[in-house]
Amino acid sequence: MGKNENSTCSHCDMQEVAPLPSEIIEFIEDCLKGERPESQLIAVLHKVQLHYGYLPRPILDDVAQRLQVPTSVVSGVASFYHFFRLTPKGKYTISVCMGTACFVKGADKILEAIESQLGIEIGETTGDGFFTLEQSRCLGVCALAPVMTINGKVYSRVTPTQIPEILNKLREESIAE
Amino acid sequence: MKNINLTVDDNPLSVPEGTTIMKAAETIGVFIPRLCYVPDLGIEGACRICIVEVDGYKNYLTACSTKVTEGMKVKTNSPAIRQARRDLIELILDNHPMDCQTCERDGNCELQDLAYSLGVRERLFAGQRKHFEIDDSSFSVVRNSDKCILCHRCIRVCSEVQGVTNLGQMHRGVNTVVGPAHLVAMKDSVCINCGQCINVCPTAAFLEKSATDEVWAALADPKKHVVAQIAPSIRATIGEGFGEAPGTAETGRTVTALRRLGFDAVFDTNFGADLTIVEESEEFIGRLKHNGVLPGGKKEEGHLNHPQVLPMFTSCSPGWVSFMEHFYPEMIPHMSSCRSPMSMQSIILKTFYARKTGIDPKDIYVVAIMPCTAKKYEMRRPELCDADGNPHTDAVLTTRELVWMIKAYGIDFMQLHEEEFDNPLGSSTGAADIFGTTGGVMEAALRTAAEKITGKPLDELNFYNVRAVTGYKEASVEIAGIEVNIAVVNGLNNAKKILEKVKSGEKEYHLIELMACPGGCIGGGGQPYPADGRYVLNREVLEKRAASLYKIDAEKKIRKSHENPYIQQLYQQFLQHPGSEIAHELLHTTYEPKEPRGIK
Repeated sequence: MGKNENSTCSHCDMQEVAPLPSEIIEFIEDCLKGERPESQLIAVLHKVQLHYGYLPRPILDDVAQRLQVPTSVVSGVASFYHFFRLTPKGKYTISVCMGTACFVKGADKILEAIESQLGIEIGETTGDGFFTLEQSRCLGVCALAPVMTINGKVYSRVTPTQIPEILNKLREESIAE
Repeated sequence: MKNINLTVDDNPLSVPEGTTIMKAAETIGVFIPRLCYVPDLGIEGACRICIVEVDGYKNYLTACSTKVTEGMKVKTNSPAIRQARRDLIELILDNHPMDCQTCERDGNCELQDLAYSLGVRERLFAGQRKHFEIDDSSFSVVRNSDKCILCHRCIRVCSEVQGVTNLGQMHRGVNTVVGPAHLVAMKDSVCINCGQCINVCPTAAFLEKSATDEVWAALADPKKHVVAQIAPSIRATIGEGFGEAPGTAETGRTVTALRRLGFDAVFDTNFGADLTIVEESEEFIGRLKHNGVLPGGKKEEGHLNHPQVLPMFTSCSPGWVSFMEHFYPEMIPHMSSCRSPMSMQSIILKTFYARKTGIDPKDIYVVAIMPCTAKKYEMRRPELCDADGNPHTDAVLTTRELVWMIKAYGIDFMQLHEEEFDNPLGSSTGAADIFGTTGGVMEAALRTAAEKITGKPLDELNFYNVRAVTGYKEASVEIAGIEVNIAVVNGLNNAKKILEKVKSGEKEYHLIELMACPGGCIGGGGQPYPADGRYVLNREVLEKRAASLYKIDAEKKIRKSHENPYIQQLYQQFLQHPGSEIAHELLHTTYEPKEPRGIK
């Protein structure tokens, strides 16, 4: 984030997004029958993220209209919480452990190696949609430090020099599929 | 109501229950420093500048949001509290750009004033600076988030007063930024260009998009015939830009100042206002007849330029026009098809005036001095441009921009003598003067419409029940035995109220005046920043501005638009009659639904 804050995300503009599924529309309609439907905004956003994997911009606009909550409020809430994603996740989510043990074992170097190979920063996804880079705190396997996970699979005692090999292999496998 | 006894800085006082510490201190003449607080907006407690020490409390309390309790002992200026306030301002400054000397709000900035008055004399910390892009995509409002201190005044005015809620707080932590949803460009948002965010901003995070460079260039171009028109409300507010008390009318000096700046002719938007009233009352009477309220029968319906539904809505306020197009497009047929006084004046300058003087309209450069940032948008509405897409109004300056130009030129405004407008487009009736305040357009329209309907001169010209700067008024007036139901609203949250009532059909209305800004144009988004200790939404300031316009009206010999001899001449020589084909071509317009749709 930070430096790109003011530019609109190319993913959001370009992405063709399927319309809201009927179960979410029904949930919003139920909310409207109750008191203070706007207080259900976060619950609605949870369902949207569960369905799409992130919060697509046109869907946020649609939620705002259906729930009759100003779009600036919906957008503000969606961008405030760490849990909510505004961009789609890549095929592979890399999560580098930045817990104390991993950090002293050089997790920052692992992160740097990934960032420089993929050209993305934490929270971003590569343009080809393959990789999303995240960080996590302690995974509880400090003996294996430094660790990272890719789609849940743990890679232990990682060194920066292994990074190109790991990532290239995943990409090749994926293309071969 | 019960009274509460407390001490403020050892002074005993008694105030009604429910009073805040801030208000209590003001009763003994102590003005607690403040930043995010604005009296007519919700209490945010975001900036913490108004903190005070209260006996028995470990933490400092915010004076804006804490209500007094019995026996409370408040200290507003202990060394510890002074230090804490200074620290807070220093922390705000730590990620604020260090560019006061080149900032437009230099000398007129609440943050700068606080840094001075709280004794910040050096910058001790270097915090992480903000680096947001400046959003100057809008014709009216420039958003520069580097200067934003997150006080949320703009968010509150946009939502609580205008009901637009275009601005919100996006992201979090050091990346927190105020902007439209998804941080889209302002031009692609539901922003209605009213500029109230500029009025309430304590720094320069919101400014109008300046047109001063273009105007200087035009004034210096010998080929250009540069003419000015000044809006009705400017005469009531411009004096404040030169330190005068609110409500000091400065018509003559403004004319002189514009001539000193080099304008070849100085006209009055009031002439356009009289013209608007003549056209609008004709349209209104037509709608009354069409709907059987008055005898006269149905007119042809279905022509985009001649919608016939009631109630009719006034269309002078471009912020309101935008709001309707984004938020209530289904109600477009209610809008009067009349262009605003500014746009009528400009096209008459480019046609009638050009012909009369023999000047090529391409060489006429029309500068409109407006209380309004939305006028910068209005002049560029495609519906109001010529066939080649060129606006008839060449530049719009806000009152603030004109004040700055006068000062920048070195004109000593207070030393100027008073001059008269040029004619024929500089003469107006009292009905036009009151356009600048809420209720004025309604009163002006009623004066003309009533006479046209009854065919008799009015006994009473003053429609007192539509006066007062409150945000929402309803009244009924009797014209020729018919009860005409009217409403006058300003501030678009009030517009929502009346529009919902119109939609529900619970009451039959005939004519509704709507203005985007609180108090009408006198509270416009381009008016001078209020002096120290006053706030832009302050009712007293608005009342004084309005009173000066009513005074000008009362002192005029002719107070009904249709009696303006120059307007009568214009119809004889050029426009034929109100509502004629040529009048429709030049003086009327259309509207269309706009995206994105606003949330009501």
